[in-house]
Amino acid sequence: MQTFIDFISFKDPNVLYVVLGMFFINGSSAMIGTFAFLRKRALIGDAIAHALLPGICLGFMFSGDKNILYLFLGAFATGWISTYLVDYIVNQSKIKQDAAIGIVLSVFFALGIVLLTYIQNAGYSNHGGLNLFLFGQAAAIGKSELWIFAVIFITILLLIILFYKGFTTVAFNADFAKAIGLPVKTIEFLLTSLTVLSIASGIQALGVVLMSALIVTPAAAARFWTNKLPKMLGIAVLFSVFSGFIGAFVSYSESGTPTGPWVVMILSLITLLSFIFSTKRGILARYLQARNNKLKIRHENILKAIYQYHERIGRQVRLDQKLSATDILGIRIFDTSELQKGLRRLIRNDYIRKTEDRYQLTEIGAKESKRIVRLHRLWEQYLLKRTTIDTYHVHSGAEAIEHILSPEIEAELKRELGIEGIPEEDF
Amino acid sequence: MNEFWIILTASIVAINAALLGCFLLLRKMSMVGDAISHAVLPGIVVAYYLSGDKTSILLLIGATLTGVLTSYLITFLSKKARIQGDASIGITYTLLFAVGMIMISTWLKGNVDIDMECVLYGDVALINLDKIIIDGNLYIGPRAFYVEIIAFAIIIVSLLWGYKGFKILSFNEDYAQSLGIRTGRWHYFLMTLVSLTTVVAFEVVGAILVVGFLIVPPATAQLLTNRLPFMLIVAALVGIVSAIGGYYLAVWLNVSITAAMIVVSGLIFSLAFIYVRFRERLGNKSVTEHLPI
Amino acid sequence: MNNCAIEVHNLTTTYGGAPVLWDIDFELPAGQIIGIIGPNGSGKTTLLKTIMGLLEPSSGYVKIFDQDLEKMRERIAYVPQRESVDWDFPATVEDVVMMGRYRKANLFRRSNRTDLAVVAESIEKVGLTPFKKRQIAQLSGGQQQRVFIARALAQKADVYLMDEPFVGVDAATENAILSLLEEMKAQGKTVLIIHHDLQTVSDYFDYLVLLNTRLIAKGTPQEVLTKENLSNAYGGQLTLLAKVANLIKENEFPIREKDMDL
Repeated sequence: MQTFIDFISFKDPNVLYVVLGMFFINGSSAMIGTFAFLRKRALIGDAIAHALLPGICLGFMFSGDKNILYLFLGAFATGWISTYLVDYIVNQSKIKQDAAIGIVLSVFFALGIVLLTYIQNAGYSNHGGLNLFLFGQAAAIGKSELWIFAVIFITILLLIILFYKGFTTVAFNADFAKAIGLPVKTIEFLLTSLTVLSIASGIQALGVVLMSALIVTPAAAARFWTNKLPKMLGIAVLFSVFSGFIGAFVSYSESGTPTGPWVVMILSLITLLSFIFSTKRGILARYLQARNNKLKIRHENILKAIYQYHERIGRQVRLDQKLSATDILGIRIFDTSELQKGLRRLIRNDYIRKTEDRYQLTEIGAKESKRIVRLHRLWEQYLLKRTTIDTYHVHSGAEAIEHILSPEIEAELKRELGIEGIPEEDF
Repeated sequence: MNEFWIILTASIVAINAALLGCFLLLRKMSMVGDAISHAVLPGIVVAYYLSGDKTSILLLIGATLTGVLTSYLITFLSKKARIQGDASIGITYTLLFAVGMIMISTWLKGNVDIDMECVLYGDVALINLDKIIIDGNLYIGPRAFYVEIIAFAIIIVSLLWGYKGFKILSFNEDYAQSLGIRTGRWHYFLMTLVSLTTVVAFEVVGAILVVGFLIVPPATAQLLTNRLPFMLIVAALVGIVSAIGGYYLAVWLNVSITAAMIVVSGLIFSLAFIYVRFRERLGNKSVTEHLPI
Repeated sequence: MNNCAIEVHNLTTTYGGAPVLWDIDFELPAGQIIGIIGPNGSGKTTLLKTIMGLLEPSSGYVKIFDQDLEKMRERIAYVPQRESVDWDFPATVEDVVMMGRYRKANLFRRSNRTDLAVVAESIEKVGLTPFKKRQIAQLSGGQQQRVFIARALAQKADVYLMDEPFVGVDAATENAILSLLEEMKAQGKTVLIIHHDLQTVSDYFDYLVLLNTRLIAKGTPQEVLTKENLSNAYGGQLTLLAKVANLIKENEFPIREKDMDL
């Protein structure tokens, strides 16, 4: 606990630099990564990250010291060239995109290592720290870097707000964007530049390998929670910034462990949790939904069986008979314990009342059972009218479907069958 | 003599990777190879931590399994979690690489055998430190060479034996399945071989640069050839030439040997690319005139 | 039905939770050229893939000559859509057609003399003998389609399933395929073809299956090509069906009740 208090009180100014740095870096890359993700160009970020290394080395060789601006310019240049080359190779040869990314990634990275080892062995002074770019070291973030990261973050944020429409249209459907006369080339140029920029800002803290996680993973995690782009952007940024903060803390308390890997671990953990718990697309939600469906089907089948019992003895108008469980089982086969469970739930929900081992529909229960049978028959009629189906299959085909038909669909079914407004009892 | 063993060992690494890389390339799974090569890291670290020995067979098996697991995880994420394919690759390997990095920084602090830089680009020059000497003084080459030779034998036998299977899997998986061929098993067979190649290449060329050998020589060969057997041979040759050329380039500039090898393979790719473009431009005129369709 | 080549019973196949094929039920006569028609996205390819066992149905089953597919693999051949593969693959016409001779059992053997003879014969049948050494990328679209058909012919099967063989082919290829179909019919083979051009269906096919997620109609062309059937399949009459399918997907709903008891 004391460690945490020390951490958030920023006693050590370096902690403040790291936390702010991670905020800007993660924020920028999550925003721009969401667009890359939607454009299905997630792995391009990987190629760019690796391709920054030769640029950084060239920047160093050119300037002779670790002037951050030169390193940055070099990185930006080679990062840009790498994305251009990937597209060029794909367009001009039979090599497909994933191989093109792999080629650019490995050759540029190898070139970076060649230059790095050259610098180390050729007597450049003051080259220590260049290899930080390989694995990253968040602790190395200083004041001057912080300024650059902040400027990049704000630039990306402003440009996204400014060109929001263009960016989204291109991300979702570049052909459509072209058709409505948007300057697709310019927008893509801008998006690519911003991607390179955000990766370049993070490379020192995360390193070439892990940097691409900051592009891909937040967007993938956010995708589980929403279908809307503005929300997705917000959630991605939130997840990423949160991971940056926690990662910085873990690395601070477990001193000696690097920040980057922890950030990526936490980010991946969030993705895993989203995959499980997301209310929209998570497996837990899907499982619960399926379970609810199962219960719903069971209850509706019981109600339907009770209706059919009345029909068999010609009392379907009043629906007032008192049945035993055996009577229900005589209409439709249920697992006995499931039937008991179902009946208990129906009693609790006031669809059925129970008097001495006999079950009777309540008023709402009677209405509900009529509704279910009606939907079943409507669907049967519809299938018979519109498709070819052997009569002995009609029933089983409609069997599953009545449980899902909504009132709107019911109305439409009636319209299609030309029985709008006819009293329900008449069919 | 050292020079000879370095070039020979690196050439075999290049051949192994290039041969399997051809099938990855044709299946449009090159980046899965990239992911596997990064993701074997935690497998290697755990196995090393448990056995305390860089040469153990346990390490080999553990790390190879991690690689196969990676390919499974990628499939799982895209099928079950419905995350798009390229993003699944990106998420999986960055996570596993991060896990490996944390393990190294906590468990193996200050260890000389596995440090982060050798993870990334290996050091082929160091293979000569681990020599196999029989009869007290007869030096018959570095251990890494023999490890690579065994991997080479496994790959060659598998490819000769399963050539038809890998070929039909790569060209038309649905059709193969329609013939009753169990494409799933072939897929994991290939992934196991790729993973094995990456693991044994790890100490020689490092995790990332083996990707270069997995992708660049096969891509070069694809540009230059029209039949699968030739593609495999040309890819292997490009690998060998890269290894030899890279060695001398590295010696000349005093830089990392393995990185120089990949740079040379990149140069060969560029030349092939330019050659093919040039040939197409010249060829287009004559082809349209003479081709009977 | 006597002499039934393919029986599809109560077949439902879903994609991402939504039914693409829904309660499809038919029996197809052997020895005929059968067309599968229906609008885009009506589940035609899914039907072929499910019959071939490439997709797992969520309910129902398929029988080939009254047997399970696994027992009948040798007698059924599949021609996928031409666009489904990458034609830049480094292989010649011969290489691809030879794949028709691959079996689970002979994958580890070299191809024998019979295989070579069958391959040469199949290539000859589709009129590609002059091109047999050519790389497949250097063929026209129609020629590529004929390579796929030759590969299926090399299987020496009794039932052939072809996915859109007439799409994007030149007149020469179309005629070559048509005469080949005549020949196959004369030999008593059954051919099931996905087709999209309503103008030509009555000329090409003996029997038709009209699909739009559900089975709209089946029978001879005269029986199937009625105004009512066509408007049901193509006239946007089935929007309701699509809506229900979407509801099923959104709610993770089981398409058949028995799916619940997993």
